[in-house]
Amino acid sequence: MTKIWAVFRKDLLIELRTKDTLNSMLFFGVVVLVIFNFALESLRESIRPAVPGILWVAFAFSGTLGLNRMFASEKENGCLQGLLMVPIDRGVIYFGKMLAATVFMLFAEIIMFVVGLVFFNLTVWREIPYLFLVFLMGTLGFTAVGTLLSAIAVNTKLREVLLPLILFPVILPILVNAVEATNVILNTNDYSALKLPLAVMSVFTIVFGTISYLLFENVLED
Amino acid sequence: MSEKFQSRLDTVLGIILFFGMGLALYMAFIGAPRETTMGDLQRIFYFHVPAAIAGMTAFAVNFVSSILYVVRRNRWWDNLALSAAEIGVMFLIMVLVTGPIWAKPAWFVWWTWSPRLTLSLVLCLLYVAYMLIRNYIEDPEKKALISAVFGVIAFADAPLVWFSIRWWRDIHPSPMLETGGLSPSMRPAFFICMAVFLVLLVFLLRRRFYLESMRGEAELLERRADLAR
Repeated sequence: MTKIWAVFRKDLLIELRTKDTLNSMLFFGVVVLVIFNFALESLRESIRPAVPGILWVAFAFSGTLGLNRMFASEKENGCLQGLLMVPIDRGVIYFGKMLAATVFMLFAEIIMFVVGLVFFNLTVWREIPYLFLVFLMGTLGFTAVGTLLSAIAVNTKLREVLLPLILFPVILPILVNAVEATNVILNTNDYSALKLPLAVMSVFTIVFGTISYLLFENVLED
Repeated sequence: MSEKFQSRLDTVLGIILFFGMGLALYMAFIGAPRETTMGDLQRIFYFHVPAAIAGMTAFAVNFVSSILYVVRRNRWWDNLALSAAEIGVMFLIMVLVTGPIWAKPAWFVWWTWSPRLTLSLVLCLLYVAYMLIRNYIEDPEKKALISAVFGVIAFADAPLVWFSIRWWRDIHPSPMLETGGLSPSMRPAFFICMAVFLVLLVFLLRRRFYLESMRGEAELLERRADLAR
């Protein structure tokens, strides 16, 4: 546990000092929101049903940007070798990285969400705890498989370009359920409908968390 | 088994396929009766369903050989996994092409996001991603190991995709064989087509596997020649 924390703390410190990843994630996410605003101009008056989808597209795009940096920056600076020489289980590196990616994504999501509220003229108060729960579950599923796929992508010649190509087909169940859950919160009053999407997202996270933990050492370069 | 036996087996399978395909075409277009409501349109079913079953079987083969590669690290399993993924994508493309041809007159739309259709499309995308990963890694061992990891992920994703979209209305006809809805007069045509497609799957798998193992051998020889120089 302390080892996971050490990997996590290392990534967090790097981020706090450079702010490379978060800045690009945030900027890109906001740009996506702006673009959607113009792309869907014809339904600007009644955009509310489309907001969950728009939000999660923005989250997924900016999240991909963040995941890409998780291993690319290590590789550029030759730090991956060092990380691999540390006598710890490779699965620990996976969980540390996943935790860091989750925290970055959640932070970016919250800011994008606030910007989205302004852009799309929404008012929410009561819904915020539920929304946060959905964001957390969706993000955990996203990073559970995203961290592994990010490590796969840096091993290829295409590097960063490959990640979205292999990530989005796999991540589809998370996107579908996260959009569904967000839609339930924003556009209906029947919160009992949240159980199903949350359950599928939890199963997804557990399944891919386990698979990634088991197989992670195979995709790291020796 | 000796190499000679293997090549003889391929010849025999090829001959079976040649005549089997002819028989399957005859049974599907002439032998089977005309469906009462859909007419001749229904005949596409004799190719659509067997292709879907063959494709799914290929993906299952990819999954099992991916796991076995991670455990055993034997090139044999990697060759099998790659062959299965490519052939699975080919069969799935057949399914995705024949599906809309049937759907436009039957449902009045080319495409709908029903669970079965979505799953087929996503599976196709996943295994194209699998081939992309393979394309962009040079070192053969790394390529084999990393793609095996992705093979496991891709197959594990399938049930989750299915459960995520199960509440969407499914207008796809349910499997007729399970419900016993396939008329007895259509059964011979269907089973012949099914058998021929499974033989086709085995034949293609064997040929693709053979090609890949020859490539591996050629690489090995080249490396040896480099060392000797």
